[in-house]
Amino acid sequence: MPTVDAESTPPAGAIRGLARILPFAGRDVYGLIAGMVISLISSALALGIPIALEALVDGPLRGDDPTLVWPAVGLIALLGLFEALFIYLRRVAVLTPGTRIDSRIRNAIYDHLQNLPVAFHDKWQSGQLLSRAHTDVGLMRRWLSYGAVMLVGNSIAIVLGIAILFTWSPILAILFLICSIPMFVFGSRFRNRFTGLSRAAQDQWGDVATSVEESVHGIRVLRSFGRGNDSLSRFAERATHGRNLEVAKGNARATLGFWLEWIPDFALAACLLVGVWLASEGDLTTGQLFAFFATAAVLAGPIESVGYLLALTLEAQSGLDRIFDIFDRTNTITSPAAPIVPKGSAGSLVFEDVHYRHEGGDGDVRDVLNGVSLEILPGETMAVVGATGSGKTVLTALPARLYDVTAGRILLDGVDVRDLSLDTLRTRIAMAFEDATLFSDTVRNNVLLGRHDLVGAPASESDAVLAQALSIAEAEFVYDLPDGVDTIIGEQGLSLSGGQRQRLALARAIAAAPAVLVLDDPLSALDVETEARVEAALRKVLSTTTALVVAHRPSTVMLADRVALLDNGRIAAVGTHSELLATSATYRHLISSLSDEPIDVDDEGGAS
Amino acid sequence: MSTTGVSGEDRQDFTTRENKAIRVRSIALLRVLVRPHRVRFGWTAIMIVASTAAQVAGPLLIAWGIDIGLPAAVDDGNFAPILTIVVAFLATGISAAGFLAAYTRWSIAISQDILGELRRRIFAHTQRLSLEFHERYTSGRIIARQTSDIDTLGELLSGGLSNLVAGLLFLVFTAVALVSIDPPSGVALAVALIPIVAVTWWFSNASRREFRASRIYSTRLIIQFVESMAGIRAVKSFRREPVDRAAYAAKVEDYREATRRTIHVFGIYDPALKVIGTLTVAAVLLFGSFRVIDGTLEVGALLAVVLYTRRFFGPIEDLAMFYNSFQSASSALEKISGFLEERPSVVEPANPAPFEASRGDIVATDVSFAYSAGNPVLPKFSLSIAGGQTVALVGATGAGKSTLAKLIARFYDPTDGVITLDGRDLSSIGDVDFRRAVTLVTQEAYLFSGSIADNIRLGKTDATDDEVTAAARAVGAHDFITALPDGYDTDVNKRGSRISAGQRQLVSFCRAFIANPRVLILDEATASLDIPSERLIQSALQKLLKDRTAIIIAHRLSTVAIADRVLVIDGGRIVEDGPTAELLKGSGRFATLHRAWRDSLA
Repeated sequence: MPTVDAESTPPAGAIRGLARILPFAGRDVYGLIAGMVISLISSALALGIPIALEALVDGPLRGDDPTLVWPAVGLIALLGLFEALFIYLRRVAVLTPGTRIDSRIRNAIYDHLQNLPVAFHDKWQSGQLLSRAHTDVGLMRRWLSYGAVMLVGNSIAIVLGIAILFTWSPILAILFLICSIPMFVFGSRFRNRFTGLSRAAQDQWGDVATSVEESVHGIRVLRSFGRGNDSLSRFAERATHGRNLEVAKGNARATLGFWLEWIPDFALAACLLVGVWLASEGDLTTGQLFAFFATAAVLAGPIESVGYLLALTLEAQSGLDRIFDIFDRTNTITSPAAPIVPKGSAGSLVFEDVHYRHEGGDGDVRDVLNGVSLEILPGETMAVVGATGSGKTVLTALPARLYDVTAGRILLDGVDVRDLSLDTLRTRIAMAFEDATLFSDTVRNNVLLGRHDLVGAPASESDAVLAQALSIAEAEFVYDLPDGVDTIIGEQGLSLSGGQRQRLALARAIAAAPAVLVLDDPLSALDVETEARVEAALRKVLSTTTALVVAHRPSTVMLADRVALLDNGRIAAVGTHSELLATSATYRHLISSLSDEPIDVDDEGGAS
Repeated sequence: MSTTGVSGEDRQDFTTRENKAIRVRSIALLRVLVRPHRVRFGWTAIMIVASTAAQVAGPLLIAWGIDIGLPAAVDDGNFAPILTIVVAFLATGISAAGFLAAYTRWSIAISQDILGELRRRIFAHTQRLSLEFHERYTSGRIIARQTSDIDTLGELLSGGLSNLVAGLLFLVFTAVALVSIDPPSGVALAVALIPIVAVTWWFSNASRREFRASRIYSTRLIIQFVESMAGIRAVKSFRREPVDRAAYAAKVEDYREATRRTIHVFGIYDPALKVIGTLTVAAVLLFGSFRVIDGTLEVGALLAVVLYTRRFFGPIEDLAMFYNSFQSASSALEKISGFLEERPSVVEPANPAPFEASRGDIVATDVSFAYSAGNPVLPKFSLSIAGGQTVALVGATGAGKSTLAKLIARFYDPTDGVITLDGRDLSSIGDVDFRRAVTLVTQEAYLFSGSIADNIRLGKTDATDDEVTAAARAVGAHDFITALPDGYDTDVNKRGSRISAGQRQLVSFCRAFIANPRVLILDEATASLDIPSERLIQSALQKLLKDRTAIIIAHRLSTVAIADRVLVIDGGRIVEDGPTAELLKGSGRFATLHRAWRDSLA
């Protein structure tokens, strides 16, 4: 028997993909296998119908015994009913397993993405991520619970059907097979072409999703410059490229469809001619000829479906590649296998010759941080001052391991932060970012985000922590919101002003009651009066907490016991505000705005 | 409760009337989208007819082969009839396949054009809708409309539509062919239609409900996904992962259950059709067999009848598939049409007279503003800013400074009263002209993916490289940009993560410089800058603002130094107004504030 089903066998890539899905399948794989078996049974039942027909035509219809018509037709009806039953059972068998595997992969991608370092997220737009975590997973499910099952079921049905054709007439069956050979050629040609197109289209739609996301997040900028139409035409350009890829995919499918439709017809025409000749020679009965064509008719369905199933398989395959693209990114920032449990929690923070370079930076790009050494004593507040783009924000992101140092190390209470479990580390270090991210949740949950220990604690206790944090951050305005601290804020809730958001982010960092507080320009959006009040309250907190504060204004610097000047990726000087004012010209330049005389602009000719 | 626009988006419990209204809205949209393609649709339909007719001829030719060709060959040794039939069979086969390939191409091109137009409309509408709308409708929802809803519709259009036409035609042709060969069998088919209609009616209702739920859950899933990926820093540093994971898993489970139900409904419908099909074939066969025995029907004709009856149910399954994707797509279309139904609250005038700002005089007369009725953010006020003046807005956070700025930049329209620019009501100026005249720079300096130069060119699309560089030099951004790996061509990546907040603000200033508007509004546009950069910007601003109108909001009162006039705002009211120097000398709020600020610098 030649490998007649090679055409409809899943491509090797699909098997590899399937193997990678297996870990997510667990016991649900049995459901899928059951689906394939049941699908095979229903195809076999469908193939049984022509056999019964032959019996009918060559038996009762020849006048042997008219009463035999009843059982023969009854059998055919029964076969059909069972076929329907098995179609139903196949769907039931794969239904829950298919959706469960889908869910597991969705959850696993989400987990994995949450664990991947910030450096990964810096490079990947969420539109691309979404198209993988949503669209591609959905495609995979359709393939798994329909495509793969039908492909296996149909392939075996085609083999079985051809075997049955042999029983009717070996000569006709061989003829049919020979005529079908060109299908393999067109099938593999299609596969080569379609695979590339499908991947390109999926990537393109990911980019389109990114365009959409940016156009919404950046809508204020677009509105204010009146650039809606430009962004529309750029979007349209991307979408048109996607459309062209889809059309190319469609054309490839149309071409394959042509051959899948025409070749079996050609084979049947040849069989009809030869069949009639054989019958005229007396080598074939009318019933056999009849049954041969009835069987071939049943086979036409599975053969035609191969085109669609093959396309679905290839699409699912490139979708799977995209999904595993994400799974294959290893998380470089993980808890150590044997984390050290620190004894004390005094909160000393030491940078030892710390280097940082953005991922993918070339050799000629200098390190953003180029040997930072800095010691922050327990309870001390250290301000970091540096020019725009000097690496302050990266510096603040290193202790909590949002990024990992590329060389050197950071010690928290004498322990390398990489030797602590992430959970311990991030419990001890709390951050407030300049662009305050609030989640679509209540004020309470947003502020108490870092206090996992308060979950299930008496309400009075969490209320006290909440009230204190809100009061220090001057965020009492939340009590005036429609539902007070239970008002939903964030993107799906009430929108707050920049200053309000910043104060809540600050309250969140304070409520976490960390050993080390890292604040990245935490008061930039506050007005002078509010800032003064926040600072007064903050001073009390900072007197007992180790803190690293990025500062742009003298007022913020005043919160600190000492100031570190970051210049050219190194700590150029450390001292009190007045010491640095006295000793460092760079520092004076950076922090002093008292000089009323305008500073010369070196580069003339800018403003037109 | 209302179903207008996006207001009914999360509901599943529509009344019959609401259902109807939503369906009318969706179908109207579909009609508008399809109309431009109706000629191509017509040609496609003709090709489908041709292909289907050729396919239907197949079984008939085989039947003739057995009934006419076979006896002629066996009895008379005459192979001419069978040869003719085989040639005819080959001809119909090749034309069926040719037309099939042709209409597949056409229908994919048409459906992709329709989807493209819909994407474009949603995108354009997103840009047109007011900020008020965007503040309550999350970005995740718009992304869901543009991705998963469009995909769902795409499934219908690319596969479904040709399935529908081909399926319907196949049904008709098959029925005609069947009746012409053997009228009594046609009766069986007619009877079979009754249960088919009944099952379809059930399926229609059940699946609409399930698909609607599935759309809602899929949107929720997307919203959370987008939100947590955008806020990944905060997620990590406050160890929100477990909470998010649990919340996401719960949404995935809701979505899974909804998906399972939609598939399950179809899983009942599909075999039910099969049962009806089988019983019909059995009836036709039984009846036909006795007539063959009687000699009133040829065996070949019986084969054709059986094949046709079987084939009749093939397209019915296709139709079921079509109907399934139609149900799924129509629930997506409901959401999309609802979104497109939203009317922007800030409307561009229909036929605006051209406008070019001259002096840049801004006058607000009896203006008040409230987000919701009875809750005014800005109570009634009047204000006049002479062209060329630089005005500083001072006041506590939440006093209403940004709101005033946004009213002048026409991000919102006043609830009452009129704002004019050079004597023209803002609402009568076309958007393009207005944006050329007035630019608002906010604290949140968003960078789009693309190069730094592209981002600066947002201010002036046709700016030359020299102009871009000049603008960057003017605001002091040139040095940091040239230090980047690819200089002005450096890709800024997502949300400009490698570009610091201060640098982003510099880029955003470059945009404003290059845009060169008559009226420039700066809302905390220097908040993240270090002092030297700010100083540089201020000296640049002094040059830039010499002959244009400017409104500056800044907490750092250093900026006020370049203002001619100060407005102190408290609780939405203008409480102090006067030349900077004069106010400084007095003992009002501004003087106190300014003193406190100077003290903070010491």
